[in-house]
Amino acid sequence: MAELNKLTIAELSEKLAAGDCTSVDIVNDVLASIDANDGNVGAYLTIDREDALEQARVADGRRAAGEKLPMLGIPVAIKDLLNVKGQPCTCSSKILEGYVAPYDATVISKLREAGAVLLGRVNMDEFAMGSSTENAALGKTSNPWNLDHVPGGSSGGSAACVAADEAIASLGSDTGGSIRQPAAFCGCVGVKPTYGRVSRYGLTAFASSLDQIGPLTKTVKDSAILLETLCGHDSMDSSSIEMEVPTFGKNLPSDTSLAGMKLGLPREYFVEGMDPEVEKSVRDAVEHCKSLGAEIVDVSLPNAKYAIAVYYIIATAEASANLARFDGIRYGMRLDGKDPAELYAKTRSAGFGQEVKRRIILGTYVLSSGYYDAYYKKAQKVRTLIRDDFKEAFKECDAILAPVTPTPAYKKGDKTDDPLKMYLDDILTTPINLAGNCALSLPCGFASNGMPIGLQIIGDDFQEETILKVGHAYEQSTEWHKQRPSL
Amino acid sequence: MSETHDGMDVGYVAKLACIDLTDEEKTLFQGQLDQVLHYVEQLNELDVSEVEPTAHAIPVFNVLRKDELGTSLNHDDVIANAPSAADGHVRVPKIIDQ
Repeated sequence: MAELNKLTIAELSEKLAAGDCTSVDIVNDVLASIDANDGNVGAYLTIDREDALEQARVADGRRAAGEKLPMLGIPVAIKDLLNVKGQPCTCSSKILEGYVAPYDATVISKLREAGAVLLGRVNMDEFAMGSSTENAALGKTSNPWNLDHVPGGSSGGSAACVAADEAIASLGSDTGGSIRQPAAFCGCVGVKPTYGRVSRYGLTAFASSLDQIGPLTKTVKDSAILLETLCGHDSMDSSSIEMEVPTFGKNLPSDTSLAGMKLGLPREYFVEGMDPEVEKSVRDAVEHCKSLGAEIVDVSLPNAKYAIAVYYIIATAEASANLARFDGIRYGMRLDGKDPAELYAKTRSAGFGQEVKRRIILGTYVLSSGYYDAYYKKAQKVRTLIRDDFKEAFKECDAILAPVTPTPAYKKGDKTDDPLKMYLDDILTTPINLAGNCALSLPCGFASNGMPIGLQIIGDDFQEETILKVGHAYEQSTEWHKQRPSL
Repeated sequence: MSETHDGMDVGYVAKLACIDLTDEEKTLFQGQLDQVLHYVEQLNELDVSEVEPTAHAIPVFNVLRKDELGTSLNHDDVIANAPSAADGHVRVPKIIDQ
């Protein structure tokens, strides 16, 4: 067996160009790997095989006609909150069972133009609310490195399918760490682009001032190639920025030197309660970057410790407004009532899971009359301080190195009874969503129990090129990304 | 903030959000959300009276499109998602009594 599913976008692109394989061959190998392993991993919610093979045949036709785009013929798994015309989009919620998307999200249109094969829809925490994919109502996903462990979340399916070689790459979304944290837990690469880089049109909104779509891949170079396809201004998203998109993939240097690069180490980021193995791996990675020529400078993000408090006020406030649209009237589940009010309440009570209800209630509370200034407005002001910290820090350095999570992936069920405990895990990722800048997560080691550890590289606004360069240099001079789970 | 959250009545706020909670959910959420509200009180350590609030980290202002006719979503595809529909319309319970 050729096992094309185990290769990267860059490797497959070369094989396709050389005529060594076709897109249909790749899709067949990926489908075979899903058949062999997804019973255990549980990354996928739905797969339309015939549709995927048809897209692959079209891609092969386009290549035969002379097209050479880097994503042409490459299968990509899609987080189940992005609208793909004619496909379900459940957000892993009962309330959206039966919904069929009537349009393509902008990132999906871009992938179609680029000739990528939209492979299937992967599991997530319901409406992206969670950090372990245990809040999913429609599927159960395991970490490919140890099936008793969580894959992280909310883009748990997106990370698990890439780590298990059940996809070449995938799309996720990151509101408070939902790409970077599962990437770290599953040992793959994930990028949260700068707010406004990627259009959110067709992404089911959780917290609109924080949400960004991004890639999950096996290597930094693959993330660069896929990210380039997703970026660009879109008139359908008023927060989308009009700015030229660099050719991230081509611009990666061929050597691994970091000479002339200043990398910041935030002293507040090695938080109390951090797993010593995570701290050691990240500090070793910092030393490694130094050996590649980077200068390491001390930076301070004094208000980052308030990020969880700020995030869970702002994100829930925005979610309570965004999720008002799920009322049983125009789509999805409906439980009838004698009047509209009874219909809404019965539908929403039966359709939403507990974590979603909890967050809607919290968000409704912090926005309600009398509490708005004390909670919501105050959180927005502290958000300014968090953003100002990054502005100051980036005067001293080109990028910041940090852990992604305080611990590696934990066992299923460990944190499900204690929402606050699960929220606190987002302490190192939420500051970036609040500040709006970009960050990537990539493998930098393994804990003694065999679970992967992630390194976070944080960049200033629209400095994706810098973090990709640092990540690529680190990755290409280490071996972590070459290790695969045995399934 | 500390004096305010004591007054959070989960059942009442859930009603504002059009969600009916069971008694078990009310008890469970009350405890869990009180804990979260207690946690966010740490923001009171900061004096932010002179700080401007941030609504969007990367601000974009006054985005307007040209007033031109564009294509809309296919009507049949959209109505096909409605749990109840008739004659190309979404059907809902009676709102006004005659």
